[in-house]
Amino acid sequence: MSKFKKQKKGLPPISTASLPDIVFMLLFFFMVSTTMRETELKIIQPTLPDAHNTKKLEHKNLVSTVYVGKSMDATNKGDVIQLNDKIARVSDVRNFIFANREKLLEEEVPFMTTLFKADKNSKVGTIADIKRELREIDALKISYAATPRND
Amino acid sequence: MARRVLPEINAGSMADIAFLLLIFFLVATTMEVDGGIARKLPQKQPPNAPKPPIIKDRNVLQIAINRNDALLVEGNQRVDVKEIKQIAIDFIDNGAREGNKGVGTCTYCKGAKDPSSSDHPNKAIISLKSDRGTSYGAFIAIHDALGQAYTVLRNRVSMERYGKSYEALIKQQKSDKSQKLKDKIKTIKDLYPEIISEVEPTEN
Repeated sequence: MSKFKKQKKGLPPISTASLPDIVFMLLFFFMVSTTMRETELKIIQPTLPDAHNTKKLEHKNLVSTVYVGKSMDATNKGDVIQLNDKIARVSDVRNFIFANREKLLEEEVPFMTTLFKADKNSKVGTIADIKRELREIDALKISYAATPRND
Repeated sequence: MARRVLPEINAGSMADIAFLLLIFFLVATTMEVDGGIARKLPQKQPPNAPKPPIIKDRNVLQIAINRNDALLVEGNQRVDVKEIKQIAIDFIDNGAREGNKGVGTCTYCKGAKDPSSSDHPNKAIISLKSDRGTSYGAFIAIHDALGQAYTVLRNRVSMERYGKSYEALIKQQKSDKSQKLKDKIKTIKDLYPEIISEVEPTEN
């Protein structure tokens, strides 16, 4: 009879020893998938236009981003261009693209894309000036950044 | 003799440390991948380049947008952005050419075969003219509408040929890198090639 009397009272506590493992797993996932923003915006954060037909840009290292938008400084009414961390002029686009090309292998150069992150209220004229400059140096692949929209 | 047992290190706070780091990365993460409308600029022509071939007027759909973001199609029709998609579809899919014994006829077109509109999808050029003062948002809206028009047509022809929409084929490409799928996508793209020409914007 004594065999049956051994039953313990109450539930054993749930072991939390594996909790750190689970949290670490999540931590590593986020550490790997994080991309830190490397450029600091010198212009007012552009509101991108929205579009249905957007295409994702893979291969981040092949993308050079050109920002177009309003200046933080209210006295400057027109559109300003930002390349890397600096406000730039249209004529600087050329050197910006050349500098980005330097970092790549020869055979990757034709796949380089210039991404326009432009405010929807900026003018087509500014974009056209940049595009003309890009044509001059044979950087022909471009992409107009837009937020995807589904409706 | 009493056995001395080393006290176990308390690992209870490890979870707290890990959580702290986890929350930091959660906040700092930007998951978004840049998306955009892909276009290709035309190559720069050398000064002594031969004259471009003459293109028949009916094969060009002229869309103009002025600095007040108002649209004009074919130089006489004032339209809204919402109508552009249908106009483009009708124009591209027209397929009026009756080739010699069926050669050169667009067999997959479902358009009206209007003789005053485009001959064949691979001849149909959409020309987009903007003003320097046009807002970028309106300009992108037109590009988007044109892109959608091509997608609709490509989806249709892909459905007929492969029983799957063009967009589904593109999605499938993420997991399936086979040459067969690539060829399929290329075939569809060639049936309805995107020919969009941007005219240098006018000065005021």
